[in-house]
Amino acid sequence: MIDVMRSEWTKMRSVRSTVWTLGAAGGLMLVVGVLGSLAVVSMQGGSGSYDQVSVSLAGLPFGALALATLGVIVISGEYRTGAIRVTLAAVPDRLRFLAAKTVVFTVVALVVGTAASFAAFLAGQAVFAGEGAAASLADPEVLRAVFGGGLYLTASGLLGLACGALIRHTPGAIVTVIALIMVLPVLAAVLTGETGRRIQEYVTSNAGSQITKVHPTGLAPWTGLAVYLLWVAVPFVVAAVLLRRRDA
Amino acid sequence: MTAIRATNLTKRYGRTTAVAGLSFDVKAGQVTGFLGPNGAGKSTSMRMILGLDRPTSGTVTVDGRPYSKLEHPLRKIGALLDARAVHGGRSARNHLLAIAQSNAIPSSRVKEVLEMVGLGEVAGRRIGGFSLGMSQRLGIAAALLGDPEILLFDEPVNGLDPDGILWIRTLMRGLAAEGRTVFVSSHLMSEMAQTADHLIVIGRGALIADTSVAEFIGRSSQGYVRVRSPHLTEVASLLPDAELHHDHLRVTSRSPLEIGVLTAERGLALEELTFVQPTLEAAYMELTKDSLEYSS
Repeated sequence: MIDVMRSEWTKMRSVRSTVWTLGAAGGLMLVVGVLGSLAVVSMQGGSGSYDQVSVSLAGLPFGALALATLGVIVISGEYRTGAIRVTLAAVPDRLRFLAAKTVVFTVVALVVGTAASFAAFLAGQAVFAGEGAAASLADPEVLRAVFGGGLYLTASGLLGLACGALIRHTPGAIVTVIALIMVLPVLAAVLTGETGRRIQEYVTSNAGSQITKVHPTGLAPWTGLAVYLLWVAVPFVVAAVLLRRRDA
Repeated sequence: MTAIRATNLTKRYGRTTAVAGLSFDVKAGQVTGFLGPNGAGKSTSMRMILGLDRPTSGTVTVDGRPYSKLEHPLRKIGALLDARAVHGGRSARNHLLAIAQSNAIPSSRVKEVLEMVGLGEVAGRRIGGFSLGMSQRLGIAAALLGDPEILLFDEPVNGLDPDGILWIRTLMRGLAAEGRTVFVSSHLMSEMAQTADHLIVIGRGALIADTSVAEFIGRSSQGYVRVRSPHLTEVASLLPDAELHHDHLRVTSRSPLEIGVLTAERGLALEELTFVQPTLEAAYMELTKDSLEYSS
């Protein structure tokens, strides 16, 4: 298993798409966070009623899409090139292959996602500090929300990996993961009434993003993350079953 | 010693049968050619050997075990299926390193095989910029990584220039001389005549012949004696089975000596009396003419 993980790490670090998507995730988190913070400060000054943590993490939806894209291509790329046959000839135990790829991807996404989340938070707070209104990691729930940013990005990446493994076709998998993360919550918003509102809380990113909020707006933070991971688990399990059955 | 054994191997895709009840043994320590027209089921069979495609029925084993039960398969069997099926953005070195790591092969081996196939100079270059010949060499380097006793090549000379073809031929003979088993597919009989000791010929997914190269020629296509003479009609009347071809006769039932004696007794002068060896190509065409998927 360790051997296969080392192999997957070599594959992941040796292509440009990894650098590009991770760079895009970090860059978008930072730029959107800083611009958002500057905009809020210029409009409301240091005394408005805003959530400094949320504003500094405003890049999360973009970062999530970048991570999800990387999740898709780390596996669909092997099908696109046909390299999957080289991989599976080397590692005939297909579940071991999928597990190794998932572990390596998770570690990379977690490290980069958490770093990006902290960088965006700190940069945003540096803007607010000019007005004497910066939030601190020592404030209640802030540390959990900033760490939560990294968790949310990682879970989004895993949703991409699951869709990539299931669909095996890059454009199809990317469209699917965007639909799940961005379109489904919009569609769910048309649901009205108490039941409609409850359903909305359980939809993909509506649930998953609660972990990134100091003041959750739906499910409790960890419950929301667990629900999001369930959205990941379903395509992942189907993909694993099909991976064992299908011809490579 | 059997390196690869297929037993009643069958693969259907929907209503199309790619491989139909194929059984054969690949013996260890020699070059076995896997021959058949395009679409005969060679690649599908090879993918099943490597556990990539699941047989509809039947089994195939490598060194007595199903491929999926091999712990570090690349140390037992190395394969080149499609040289272009690689991520073009990776360097040759990283491509091989990832494969080596997956089978716990020391990373020093990467440099060794790159030197072996003549790609040492371009180890750090992106594979995407490689020519077909270089890609083919890289694929062979990957197959050799685990120093395996069995090698499997699918159409390795396709699209190569004469230098490349010669290189692959020499390599395959060299590998067999080291005692390794080489199983190589081709749709070109002439190619196999140069390299193989043994032939497994298939057509439309079924076995046509499983024989040594020498036997294959002898069994499937007879030689004939070519006779030219100013007195062609008289000569023909002495040889009941002679066939007239343009300006000469083809005789299959008698040796040149018998024909010479016969015509000498009648005082008939001969212009030519030649025994024509059958070629592998002719034998192959003869055998597979019924099993071409698309006949021209």
